[in-house]
Amino acid sequence: MLTKEIVIKTDKLTKKFGDFIATNEITFEVYKGEIFGFLGANGAGKTTAMKMLIGISKPSYGKAQVAGFDVYKQTEKIKKSIGYMSQKFSLYEDLTIKENIQLFGGIYGLSDKEIELKGTGLINKLNLQNEADKLVSSLPLGWKQKLAFSIAILHDPKIVFLDEPTGGVDPVTRRQFWDMIYEAAHHGITVFVTTHYMDEAEYCDRVSIMVDGVIKALDSPGELKNQHNAKSMEEVFIMLARSAKRGE
Amino acid sequence: MNAVELKNIVKKYTTKKSSVTAVDNVSFTVEEGELFGLIGPDGAGKTSVFRILTTLLLADEGSATVLGNDVVTDYKIIRKITGYMPGRFSLYQDLTVEENLEFFATVFETTIQENYDLVADIYKQLEPFKTRRAGKLSGGMKQKLALCCALIHKPKILFLDEPTTGVDPVSRKEFWEMLKRLKAQGISILVSTPYMDEAKLCDRIALMQNGKILEIDSPQNIVNQFGTNLYAVHADNMYNLLNDLRAFPQTTSCFAFGENHHLTLKESNDDIRELENYLDTKGYLKRTIIKIEPGIEDCFMQLMKK
Repeated sequence: MLTKEIVIKTDKLTKKFGDFIATNEITFEVYKGEIFGFLGANGAGKTTAMKMLIGISKPSYGKAQVAGFDVYKQTEKIKKSIGYMSQKFSLYEDLTIKENIQLFGGIYGLSDKEIELKGTGLINKLNLQNEADKLVSSLPLGWKQKLAFSIAILHDPKIVFLDEPTGGVDPVTRRQFWDMIYEAAHHGITVFVTTHYMDEAEYCDRVSIMVDGVIKALDSPGELKNQHNAKSMEEVFIMLARSAKRGE
Repeated sequence: MNAVELKNIVKKYTTKKSSVTAVDNVSFTVEEGELFGLIGPDGAGKTSVFRILTTLLLADEGSATVLGNDVVTDYKIIRKITGYMPGRFSLYQDLTVEENLEFFATVFETTIQENYDLVADIYKQLEPFKTRRAGKLSGGMKQKLALCCALIHKPKILFLDEPTTGVDPVSRKEFWEMLKRLKAQGISILVSTPYMDEAKLCDRIALMQNGKILEIDSPQNIVNQFGTNLYAVHADNMYNLLNDLRAFPQTTSCFAFGENHHLTLKESNDDIRELENYLDTKGYLKRTIIKIEPGIEDCFMQLMKK
């Protein structure tokens, strides 16, 4: 449910590594309940920007607030207000589904009672009743990703950060995953997502495209296509990212 | 002679607790000079097929040949005539770009100079970074280097396991243009990808899921076999539209597809008045329903359900 309440706000947010400016004065806002697509070529500076926003990398200069907290001084509060999942790491493979729920619930400060209640709800919703005591490693990738997303929002965070959540997932599961994203956004959770699937860019309320450390474009998919006289987001992306000078 | 021939290949991975059939009775052939795609999500069995063909893994059942050489008895020959790019970056991270390429050339008893023309196109883009360590390259650059290293001994056949996974659309496009040029030089190519939109760039494809082949044909023939009308539906509120379309009694399937939803109906004739009326009663604005040609992803999802 898209609103006008701002949950992420950056002002010239910058990260340098020596002479290299990974993220170069990016300024943008993200609203409560928005699905915000954070796109860019490999090496455009997306991961660096995301690390600053989730409070694990200190900016070189510029300002940013996430869920109302400052990215320099209040990183621990940021971490409690957000959820995070990526394609590369999401759950502990050698713990069971239930154990993962308990672990992450505990880390996010939920009480045992809340963990029990929300955990059972989650397992029922995903239809994993028969798998609850099995190791996560035994689940197919698509299920793992759906489970990881559910666990990332178990503590009702204000914002959930998803870093290429659907890479390698089959086309049907990929869409089921997006159904879950829509539902979370509908309940007021802001979704900040990166993807290399350009059809998924179309599902976002707004999309930013980073090229060489700067945000080259930011608007709704419809507007971006209009502005660039393009038929698809893929065309828009290729037009903007073709000029990229740097690798990673 | 076929470039690749698989007959009833089965591969199981068994641990104390469980057994997974990664490749389940798979047969297909790749003709010489063909660009053949294995299309499917993670866990489809693509990598196991590659490892069997490159003689790095033994199948439990079935037989396979590469350019007429048996993968079990003639493995030494196969290793000389194939170029292989595994899914995971497999070059020496501590060696520079140039050192990696030189290493692979030496192992195959050749030199960079001897086969430079084959890699020149790709290597030119890497040359500014030739003294950089491979581990410090960007994703797209690593890929290009891996392709150079797989090509430097002038292989007759290339095995490329998910070369474009995690790569942005611009680099993916460039990569497929490179493959087209290699094909034009007569190299047979077997390539896998989870990106369905890349399927149409292959001569023929095998759609794979859970160790099994769902379909083998040219992309156009697969699309032609879709067998029912497909509609792209668009309106002002796409999220509600998806739910309403799924609740429509005549719907057989409805999936989000970029800016539209793709819909199939039980009765596949060109009469969609019932659907139009249904959506009108729901009060949608700017509603459009267009009959479209399916893509490979539509076909894949339809085949998955069978």
